[in-house]
Amino acid sequence: MSKSTATRARPISPHLQIYRFTPTMTMSILHRITGGALYFGTLLFALWLLAAVGSREQFDFVNGLFGSILGRLVIFGYSWALIHHMLGGIRHLIWDTGHGLEKQTSRTIAITTLIGSIALTIVIWGAAWAIRGGL
Amino acid sequence: MADMRTPLNKVRGLGSARGGTEHFWRQRLTAVSNIPLIIFFIGFVAVYGGASYEEVRTALAQPMVAILIGFAFLSVLYHMRLGMQVIIEDYVHEEGWKIALIILNTFFPIVVGAIALYSLLRIAFGG
Repeated sequence: MSKSTATRARPISPHLQIYRFTPTMTMSILHRITGGALYFGTLLFALWLLAAVGSREQFDFVNGLFGSILGRLVIFGYSWALIHHMLGGIRHLIWDTGHGLEKQTSRTIAITTLIGSIALTIVIWGAAWAIRGGL
Repeated sequence: MADMRTPLNKVRGLGSARGGTEHFWRQRLTAVSNIPLIIFFIGFVAVYGGASYEEVRTALAQPMVAILIGFAFLSVLYHMRLGMQVIIEDYVHEEGWKIALIILNTFFPIVVGAIALYSLLRIAFGG
């Protein structure tokens, strides 16, 4: 005779750390993390605009913060997060049309967005550096 | 079993949460508008990041620049509010915290938008 449903060992839903990371899963997590980071980063650009309203000294002070090693790292990281989130978003818009959902295709697109975001970030800052001769 | 929904309910298609697909649709709508605006924004920052006070103010005073950056903020702020709402709903289950964070999630984009638009208008109108 079977036990009652209340006492029988119920199947437990496997949690996140059980899974082997796949490219699509990794990109999904990164999409949410980059989105969360971009959320708070909008304040940085708004403050930069506000600094441009103020005096030259105020603007130079804020520009100095952004131009510091830490500031440059944050801006470089922010631009990667932005590009990555945008490419991931385009991937989602393609999926919305019902295309590219096959296992191998979605895997390929996921890897492409990661490589593409890193490459584009380097190309953009490389071009900016070449044009301006340093940040 | 017979469908308990009224014909009016069915044709409205709003479901039990009364929101229908509005959240999903606006997320996609702003995602699409974000793409060209963000491409412009990245280009602007790449060119004017680290530029002098005069250069930045002159650039921001141009109508097209001010308008595009203004739209970029509006589109991005709306989009990110929708996204953060989903994150809060996914991870914060305690009712009090959830409501508090949902409220803050509405305030934050408005504050950022107010700072950005005020600054853009001041510079554009030569203040």
